[in-house]
Amino acid sequence: MANYVFIESRDPFESPDTSFVLDTAASLKKRGNNVTVFLVQNGVLAARKEARRSHVAQLLDNGVTVLADDFSLHERGIQPDEFQNTIKTSSIDHLVDLLVQENTKAIWH
Amino acid sequence: MAEKKLTIAIMDAPYERATTTTAFRIVSSALKKGIHVNVFAYEGAVSLSVKDQAPHANPVKGTTVEQEEHPTTKEFVRSLLEIGKSSPQLAWVNCGLCVDERGAVSVIDGVKRGGPADFFKMATESTNTLVIPTK
Repeated sequence: MANYVFIESRDPFESPDTSFVLDTAASLKKRGNNVTVFLVQNGVLAARKEARRSHVAQLLDNGVTVLADDFSLHERGIQPDEFQNTIKTSSIDHLVDLLVQENTKAIWH
Repeated sequence: MAEKKLTIAIMDAPYERATTTTAFRIVSSALKKGIHVNVFAYEGAVSLSVKDQAPHANPVKGTTVEQEEHPTTKEFVRSLLEIGKSSPQLAWVNCGLCVDERGAVSVIDGVKRGGPADFFKMATESTNTLVIPTK
């Protein structure tokens, strides 16, 4: 079992290929791996409850851990009550902790 | 416990995408955690450390250079190199061919010149490698 960290910097409105992260992350999770998707930059726009075309709910349904970068949320004025409560607010420090875990593969999108 | 090392490849030119800021944040956080960091700057990212970058005034707002405090990427790189000058250590390597193509030869102190072989060596010696591509 390996750890996979997807860093999603794109939002689903500008970049239709964000489904790549959903498909790959869900597939890796089904194979028994630990999978985290870390939303950063415009990627956090998908974390909002009202965001249409967001794949975040499907990621959560597949057991993938979804984290949202606090700095990116703050920059975009997204308040805690605006995003899905199953998404945890996180930080770049935590991302670094994830990246230096043993047996971890990191994928930037 | 073995020392940890993170290698990051960046490719975006300065002043274009939020990705540069995120990469700087990751490098800063890792160094502050005592993690060694290698940065391999490829393609447009070799210009992040160009010495001739200069802050400017903002004629739209009517502010002076001093009031504007316009940040340059070379100063961010310089600050990171200062944090990572001993242990933990930051190695910043610009792709030589990318430098020559862009004429980005004059860079701040501490930035080295290298090539893909250096990136391969960095990656094989690191706990993990993160490649941040252009869009």
